[in-house]
Amino acid sequence: MTALKVENLSKTFPVGGGLFRAAGAVRAVRPMSFAVETGETLGIVGESGCGKSTLARMLVGLIQPTTGRIEIEGKPLDNADPAAFGKLIQYIFQDPVSSLNPRKSIRQIMEAPLKRLHGLDRAQRTARIGEIFASVNLREEFLDRYPHEFSGGQAQRIGIARGLAAAPRIMILDEPVSALDVSVQAQVLNLLADLRRRFTLTYLFISHDLAVVEAVSDRIMVLYFGAVVEIGRAEEVFKTPRHPYTKLLADSAPVVGRPLAPPEQRDSELPDPLNPPPGCSFAGRCPRATERCRTAEPELRPLGDDQLAACHHPLEG
Amino acid sequence: MTGFLKLVFRNRLAALGAVVLAAILILALVTPLLPLADPDIPATADRFKPPFSEGHLLGTDHLGRDLLARLLWGTRLSLAVGIAAALIAGTIGSAIGIVAGYFGGRVDNLIMRGVDMLMAFPYILLALAIVAALGPGLMNALIAVAAVNIPFFARNIRGVTVGLAGREFIDAARLAGMGHTRIILTELLPNVASTIVIAMSTTVGWMILETAGLSFLGLGSQPPVADLGSMLGEARAALITDPHTSVVPGIMIFLIVMSINLLGDGVRDALDPRLRSGALTRPRAVTLVDRKGHIPADDQNGLLDIQALETQFHVNRRIFRAVGGVSLHVKPGEALGIIGESGSGKSVTALSVMGLVASPPGVITGGAVRYAGEDLLAADYRSLRRKRGENVAYIFQDPLSTLHPLYRVGDQLIEAIQAHHRVTTGEAHARAVELLKAVRIPNAESRIRNYPHEMSGGMRQRVGIAMALANDPDVIIADEPTTALDVTVQAQILALLDELRRERGLAIVFITHDFGVVAQLCDRVAVMYAGRIVEEGPTATILDAPAHPYTRRLMACVPELGQGKRELAAIPGLPPVVSDLPPGCAFAPRCDKATDACRAGEVALEACRAGVNAPYGSATHKVRCLHREATPAREEATT
Repeated sequence: MTALKVENLSKTFPVGGGLFRAAGAVRAVRPMSFAVETGETLGIVGESGCGKSTLARMLVGLIQPTTGRIEIEGKPLDNADPAAFGKLIQYIFQDPVSSLNPRKSIRQIMEAPLKRLHGLDRAQRTARIGEIFASVNLREEFLDRYPHEFSGGQAQRIGIARGLAAAPRIMILDEPVSALDVSVQAQVLNLLADLRRRFTLTYLFISHDLAVVEAVSDRIMVLYFGAVVEIGRAEEVFKTPRHPYTKLLADSAPVVGRPLAPPEQRDSELPDPLNPPPGCSFAGRCPRATERCRTAEPELRPLGDDQLAACHHPLEG
Repeated sequence: MTGFLKLVFRNRLAALGAVVLAAILILALVTPLLPLADPDIPATADRFKPPFSEGHLLGTDHLGRDLLARLLWGTRLSLAVGIAAALIAGTIGSAIGIVAGYFGGRVDNLIMRGVDMLMAFPYILLALAIVAALGPGLMNALIAVAAVNIPFFARNIRGVTVGLAGREFIDAARLAGMGHTRIILTELLPNVASTIVIAMSTTVGWMILETAGLSFLGLGSQPPVADLGSMLGEARAALITDPHTSVVPGIMIFLIVMSINLLGDGVRDALDPRLRSGALTRPRAVTLVDRKGHIPADDQNGLLDIQALETQFHVNRRIFRAVGGVSLHVKPGEALGIIGESGSGKSVTALSVMGLVASPPGVITGGAVRYAGEDLLAADYRSLRRKRGENVAYIFQDPLSTLHPLYRVGDQLIEAIQAHHRVTTGEAHARAVELLKAVRIPNAESRIRNYPHEMSGGMRQRVGIAMALANDPDVIIADEPTTALDVTVQAQILALLDELRRERGLAIVFITHDFGVVAQLCDRVAVMYAGRIVEEGPTATILDAPAHPYTRRLMACVPELGQGKRELAAIPGLPPVVSDLPPGCAFAPRCDKATDACRAGEVALEACRAGVNAPYGSATHKVRCLHREATPAREEATT
């Protein structure tokens, strides 16, 4: 079954200008379509400014899309009733500490979704919080403390616990481990994998760390400059990248035992979002770029099994 | 609450204000119970009696009324009106501010432009207009004073709310099914409450003054009822002949406003989180050095030699041993990696070298830092300042916060050059362009005129590196210089640093948490845990055969590209807090090899000699462990 389906979704932000008229527009997310099956983890990677967080925030209704539609379990996204919407999809934030209200105890934070979304009474809430805390390895004595008393790893587990309290079908995880130390990062990633199996959750896992995304995802979608450049099975995407940008990403990740050599020319810079280049936005950095790349925007097309790339001159599989 | 009161009363002036204000408030409250003359009945025979006359402690006014009685009743009225006005203005203004800040966009624009219009009139003119429209009277004066002060609250609270409304916990509350009203009341209000209290405590005095002003003009309290302002107004005619009639209410107004303002300032300082965290206490120019034990002798161990360095933070009688006896050295042309998790003391070690740890609370309590043999910790401020940047330079993690946002990058580079060398601005400019070219910034001649915000993260970090290179230092200490950057940019910056050290013979101390980065750049690596080095040696040796269980398990936690979807190794538990270190090995509570011997006492950092369990001995490979790992990790992984 399809848990999440996105068609032609895009977002344009107006920038600058005066009181009445915007001077320009940034296309943070260019029209994109994809689908995620129930129980699947779709990894989304890309560098800063590629639109990953804007995409995530549209999916949970925190930002209105400019065009396109979002379908959750076959029905169009509708957050008019926050209580019904919160039970479908939840968002786990990048910064665990700033996503917890500093003036509220952990118990108050945990009770909000149980009370608002599921209308449980006090005894039921206490029991449910106990179950959830056990599943994320948190002790119940934490409940009466305040967010500033916790380390990053604990705060992130509290954030995940709050997401779970909503009992959603889909979780959008926006860089859930990038604020954490590696030894703690592994604890949180394993916890997420375990929860997904137990509750048949669907994950959208957003990260800039390729190795982390590869370790948790079934499929991976690579974004560049607001557009999908490649999508495919996790084990294939970085092993046999079809898009030159995916290859550049894979070659840039520091790996033990690989000599230090910059994988691209030194002076390459990202395209200007206010003044996007015509054609393929990666053409300026791409060693394979031709005249066609600078004029015609490439479409996402199938290349090999289950792999799609938006490139006029894809790499051999 | 007691903690808060303690904070307020630590400020002597605030305590004085509180005492005076409390006395006045008590007097005002008990006024109806005191045996006072009726304040409103004239007795013309007793006009203008001086203070201390029979039956009239403070004398009488122009109608022979007892001044003491009028003063106390008047104070009561003035206080009531001032406080009521502050409450009304605070409530309405805060509500407007929260709504504008929370909804933002057009709502915010409309509301705030309205508030701006109110603010455009001089406040007294506005108050006069309101009283003129409503007619004189104390109630109308109160309304006028409250209305005039609403914009102050609205603007203040809106500013705070805008910052909070963008925070993620508000989004989280929305996703937890809360509506707008509930979010405003339960999520935002508790967070802005302290700002509201601060704003109110600092404006009550002002409002009492404004009410007195209106009464003075005859627009507030109407005769015969007295408030402090109308008492002053009535006494005006007799200012020269009988000054006591105006001095008495004048002193009272002064005492009230002064005490409220002093207390208000104290409350603000105690509540404001920025002030509480010590933003007003400026750190010293050099970290405080207070070395107990003996100072290690120079062992001529490289260009920069850190010997048994101990740095502590003293916060409220708790001692955090951030760095507990670290020895490291680096030679010209060598890159030394320091790896560790947050809180392991790696950054504090680096900052201690040039005395850059903020003091208070930082104190260097032991060891030595030698640059070319000279002990930097014993050096005076002037010579240390000369060496900062000239001999040892730093590159920090976030170039956006280390570059000054209001100066062009070129001017900042020129400043860095001229701080150490007497050269003309023209020469410095040429040198700056040369530096930007050295760090491979395209179009250096035009880029030099950019402001930091006009550059991408990678470009800014290049400027940071150019600034570190500005005075040709011999040692560069780079504290996580690529952590904030994208991988493709990180690869470029690392290659640049590697080239620079090979071309110029720079010694690099590279602090990171990433084994991949260390493997690519560093010759030697030191692994830190809880303020100490647990393992040190050539990079290849440590990556191939980590001898400390912590190093090995930390490496296992790092996912590597190309291994597919899998369960990751994790280290259960958390690193210890450095204010409360266990005796013995700090890693023992998380280590599966730990025995009682590990917990009993100090474990020394010793060279890995070849032995029965450890066939891979090496003099340069040191480890702090009683049960070191025997087999190389990589072989074990492949078999």
